[in-house]
Amino acid sequence: MSRPVPTTETRSTNKIRVLVAKLGLDGHDRGAKVVARILRDAGMEVIYTGLYKTPSQVVNAAIQEDVDVIGVSLLSGSHVPLFRELCKCLKQSNAEHIFVVAGGVIPEQDYDDLKECGVDVIIPQEARAELIVSTITAMVEARGRI
Amino acid sequence: MTGVALFNRAKRPAYIPSLELVPQVLAGSRLAVARMISRAEGNYAEASEALAEIYKHTGKAHIIGITGVPGAGKSTLVASLIKALSANGHKVGVVAVDPSSPFSGGAILGDRVRMNEVAEANQAFVRSMATRGHLGGLAPSTLQAVDILDAAGYSPIIIETVGVGQDEVEIVSAAHTVVVLSPPGLGDDIQAIKAGILEIADLHVVSKADKPEAAATVAAIKGMLALGKTLQSSNKFSSAWDAPVLAVSSVSGERMESLVATVDAHWKHLRDSGEATERERNNCRTRIFNMARHLFQQQFDEGPKNLEQQLQAVMKRESDPRTAANVLLGWDKER
Repeated sequence: MSRPVPTTETRSTNKIRVLVAKLGLDGHDRGAKVVARILRDAGMEVIYTGLYKTPSQVVNAAIQEDVDVIGVSLLSGSHVPLFRELCKCLKQSNAEHIFVVAGGVIPEQDYDDLKECGVDVIIPQEARAELIVSTITAMVEARGRI
Repeated sequence: MTGVALFNRAKRPAYIPSLELVPQVLAGSRLAVARMISRAEGNYAEASEALAEIYKHTGKAHIIGITGVPGAGKSTLVASLIKALSANGHKVGVVAVDPSSPFSGGAILGDRVRMNEVAEANQAFVRSMATRGHLGGLAPSTLQAVDILDAAGYSPIIIETVGVGQDEVEIVSAAHTVVVLSPPGLGDDIQAIKAGILEIADLHVVSKADKPEAAATVAAIKGMLALGKTLQSSNKFSSAWDAPVLAVSSVSGERMESLVATVDAHWKHLRDSGEATERERNNCRTRIFNMARHLFQQQFDEGPKNLEQQLQAVMKRESDPRTAANVLLGWDKER
């Protein structure tokens, strides 16, 4: 049986949906809001969670909103344990089809650890708006609609 | 400068046909419910059969509409309602609508910020939706999302409209109980006797009751309602339900229980008086009409074969717009 796909016409009404989240005790959300605005201006639908969320809250929100991507901005330094917990929650909830994008202040020495946790992309803090948009768009388009 | 670190994990889950998702939706699977809403929202042709199947399982839920101007406190009120309704043992569903950008088509959906904690603690299902260019206070597929939540066993289902102006009253043909939220300190009693948004309320709620101006707003709305009552003999839209005016405060938690009790009382009134059936009939009628318009619009945008021919005929004055429209609708006789 061939795999049914939405027609080209109906495809166009779909939008990339992104959950922009702040995890843990990190009260700085200026960057997250700027990124949310950049993605909005690129035509995406952005759901913002607000501050101080736990990984399980973020995963539950991501599932209900059926987002393509969870973007987490972390400046607190506790990114490795928080992303580990987030990716564990995603796995337990059968929601590994959702991409995890890490942003904020993340030293390169931690990249391998994050990759091992299940983070899909790390976008460094000096990234330009176009780079953020093109990275997310390319990733979701490569996966295709589900 | 470091570039993007892309780990390139292949994520290609199989596309599950919508009809196979239906049993999971009916069983209440959150993943299936969420996915189904996206497909309705994305207007997947493949999902229409499944949505038709889901519709057969709807009609059980009490649908509550919350509307009001931007910043009135709708999301905060919904959060309080989730808490109070869940405490009474209800499985609450929420569809919260926010505007899409008219320029980029993107949106920032922020209603969730105020609901996250309570939704999480009470197993409520909260879905944010962008209007995607639709005017009237709702999104094009809000009602399909409500159907899906209804079929999945959620009741009541709360629809939070976008922040409305004076005239976006679409919620009236979507909900059983319409709550109009007015913040204190906006306008005088002339605003209150104008036509539009205030007329559609089954229940008036004045938010931010902890502020001193709230009493004046309650008085203005009550005055408007009293005026309507004396004129009621000549008003065919009158019903046995007198819209109450409640002042609530999410800061102090004031009167939240009485709000829930009043919403319940209105639902009981609708069913006991037979008005529920009447409203259901009107709502279904509106939905059929809107769907017909949507389908025609879609067909028109695709440029049907005979569109060009009719277009030429109208431009050359061999035909006229009305006749051409009749032909495009497939109506052989003039209407």
